[in-house]
Amino acid sequence: MPPRTCALCNDARAILKRPKTGQTICKDCFFYVFETEVHNTITEAQLFKRGDRVAIGASGGKDSTVLAHVMKTLNERYDYGLELFLLSIDEGITGYRDDSLETVKRNQEQYDMPLKILSYDELYGWTMDAIVSQVGKKNNCTFCGVFRRQALDRGAAILNVDHIVTGHNADDIAETVLMNIMRGDIARLGRCTSICTQGEDTIKRSKPFKYAYEKEIVMYAYFKKLDYFSTECIYSPDAYRGHARAFLKDLEAARPSAIIDIIHSGEAFEIKEDVKATQKLQQTCIRCGYMSSNELCKACTLLEGLERGMAQAAVTDRARKKLDAVGPTPDNLRQIPMFKPPSSVQSSTHTTAAVGT
Amino acid sequence: MSGTISLKIEFGGGLELLFSNQRSHRVTIPALVPAASSSSTSSSSTAQTAQDEAGAEKKKPADLAYLIFWLRDNLLKEREELFIENGTVRPGILVLVNDADWELEGEGEYQLKDGDEIVFISTLHGG
Repeated sequence: MPPRTCALCNDARAILKRPKTGQTICKDCFFYVFETEVHNTITEAQLFKRGDRVAIGASGGKDSTVLAHVMKTLNERYDYGLELFLLSIDEGITGYRDDSLETVKRNQEQYDMPLKILSYDELYGWTMDAIVSQVGKKNNCTFCGVFRRQALDRGAAILNVDHIVTGHNADDIAETVLMNIMRGDIARLGRCTSICTQGEDTIKRSKPFKYAYEKEIVMYAYFKKLDYFSTECIYSPDAYRGHARAFLKDLEAARPSAIIDIIHSGEAFEIKEDVKATQKLQQTCIRCGYMSSNELCKACTLLEGLERGMAQAAVTDRARKKLDAVGPTPDNLRQIPMFKPPSSVQSSTHTTAAVGT
Repeated sequence: MSGTISLKIEFGGGLELLFSNQRSHRVTIPALVPAASSSSTSSSSTAQTAQDEAGAEKKKPADLAYLIFWLRDNLLKEREELFIENGTVRPGILVLVNDADWELEGEGEYQLKDGDEIVFISTLHGG
């Protein structure tokens, strides 16, 4: 096949066919288009304000490394006026997380941003390795996800930031939509396509890569020669998400726009009134003060299960009742420290204009 | 024209773990290969010649589809299902030919040239 010229600049050699649009474009146009689309996502959703302190959830993997690079680039190019930080969570997975943390430390130097690392061990007293040895390889992702979510908020509170950004990409969100449909999780289905989530007592959390294809993120990192860590979590092969991911990859191969289309479908969902009425209201955990749908937040429930040697019991609501039936919670169990949101969340609403307006 | 093609192969995104944990490889493959694309395991052209069907054996220039099978048979050390699926690379693995997306070059039908650089990057891991 003859070499093609870029469809945008009509000058340089095309190196990529964009899955989103089918355009064949050159390296420099690709960088520009990719970065500008993220910039548009940020400004259209009015994610940031001048002076915001923003923590980038950094794992050392491809998405968070590219996110740190792009946030830094856009902050400078369009003068967002943001203060950027790297926040990393150490789940205690030997051979996976300890290696990727080395990458984050290198990222800190490469992008010149302050770095904070928080570990499950210091926060909960349990590493993922210890949890898996008690819980087994099914449902362990539940523990990790719940604990990580809280850990990110707590790390952000320590750094006193206004906003957390994570590297979730279009593929991730499409997978989540599929998973929630497959599991009948209506509450999550209604929330999972929001670009920015915020509770009353929690820090704003956004996904600037919501519309960025995983393939493009990898190509961006490859052509920019960005340093990232790339191994599957050793516990993930049995994860339920694997089914959704395999399905999505096959859909993408047949019709590349499927990913964005699934997100669009997810955004268009509206929950029936009578179903909405059955959803639980948000409250605060009586034990640690974090946001919760029940008296005790999920993290405290899971931790209690681990501490009492009945970890599997804490994973579902039905099993929780069994746990309670065994007896009341003993007094001397390890607990998660009280959660105090950063001052930015406690103060009254901001009135300054959003970045990009 | 010599009967073989020299290529530089790179693996990234964790794929190198399946190929002796080595990112860069230099390989030499035959310039002309059997035209019948097969999913059987025969690797060298001499074995194929011995088993060829009735009539003249058709040959075609080596292409990417052939290279993928060649890599599976000669370099892949374990877990072939993580690299190959349904006669091509597993969905989620990106292929670059001389720094360009293989979709621009006709994917498996791209005819290999001496000195080409092929890169395989897996996207199937945490971010």
